[in-house]
Amino acid sequence: MVTVAASRDAAVWAALAEIPDPEIPTISLVDLGVIRGFAFEHSAAGERLTVELLPTFVGCPAIEVMREQIGERLGARGLADEVVVDLSFAEPWTSDRITPAGREALRASGFAPPPAVGSSFSGELLAVLPIATCPYCGSRNTTLENPFGPTLCRSIYHCADCPQPFEAFKPV
Amino acid sequence: MSELDRETRDALAELLLAMADDEFVLGFWDSEWTGIAPILEEDVAMSSVSQDEIGHAKALYELLAELTGEDPDQIAFGRPADAYRHAALMNHARTDWAFSIARRFLYENADAVRLESLDGSSHQPLAGLAAKMRREETYHLLHFDLWLRRLAEGGSDSRGRLAEALEMLWPDAQAVFAPLAGEARLLAARILPDSLETLRARWLDRVVPRLEQLGLPVPSPTQRAAAPPSEARTRRTPDFEWLHGEFTMVARSDAGATW
Repeated sequence: MVTVAASRDAAVWAALAEIPDPEIPTISLVDLGVIRGFAFEHSAAGERLTVELLPTFVGCPAIEVMREQIGERLGARGLADEVVVDLSFAEPWTSDRITPAGREALRASGFAPPPAVGSSFSGELLAVLPIATCPYCGSRNTTLENPFGPTLCRSIYHCADCPQPFEAFKPV
Repeated sequence: MSELDRETRDALAELLLAMADDEFVLGFWDSEWTGIAPILEEDVAMSSVSQDEIGHAKALYELLAELTGEDPDQIAFGRPADAYRHAALMNHARTDWAFSIARRFLYENADAVRLESLDGSSHQPLAGLAAKMRREETYHLLHFDLWLRRLAEGGSDSRGRLAEALEMLWPDAQAVFAPLAGEARLLAARILPDSLETLRARWLDRVVPRLEQLGLPVPSPTQRAAAPPSEARTRRTPDFEWLHGEFTMVARSDAGATW
């Protein structure tokens, strides 16, 4: 039984890992760290799979798209009779949840990955925000142009060595 | 979710509505800067900040809706203007840039104090959301503190407009901490860990020294001593009635439409 449950869990993680972030499709939802976990339970409809989704930003408009895609993908795999996606604030999503593979995927598509911020996050922001590593040339000779960017999760920088503008995933 | 008795639930609903309306109305006012902010980067910044606030309002309306069984969209867009419960600070039109910055500085600090307290709320759904919102609001605090300084040190025109706006907004800014009918309940249940008067004192301890440091006007000791009246969350103005007409226009034009 343990083996059956473990392989079923692995199949769920594998299916979730195939779903791209709607705004930055080179990174998967699993590497983005937005999947807190999931659980199977028996319901009237049969076996119900509930996935717990942590929003990157509370107002992120991509949340609903993620929600639909999780439901569709897991439903199509026949892993449960019913798939429910619950938004959760049981713990805050922080940029520290992005996996090493996710960071590399961000960098490869031109986004500077966020620096580590730790759990408390108040004074740290001023220390980590001013400088980012250019995703194109690796230079640290960069300046923060705008802590806010084209989506809630991005900031805008300029690299003095390339020289060109680039976006960074906000530490949060 | 733990079972709440009816009076505690009503008190929590009152708190959630006040917070959600603060974020919602301010988000709409400042979204008006999209396209006309003083510089391009500020167009981007103010739009992003406003989107954050509307998002926070959405999450708070959803918490409220779970509690009352209502529809969150109906709460957001289906009420008459006099049923909104935002602080009087959000009754004013956007006005000029200095006015908007003065309001944001006063509000962001008030919101920070409120969220820090609610991070420790006994009501887990609210505590979790407050913890998440705090991380996002850190950006707002830094951004508007920077603008406050920029305008304060920018010359007599920007400084004069900023000082005038601060003096004008001071009484209404205190309204963020106006008493709630169910406050005693919230305190007893530790849903609200600190009284609104305690939070108001903390807020004063942050904003007054910063304003003094920049040589900007601060409230008199008499003004600081006076707790805001409860009607500071029910009084509405023609400015707000106009905004209400704007932000409910689409919902009113085709009630119940989905897209």
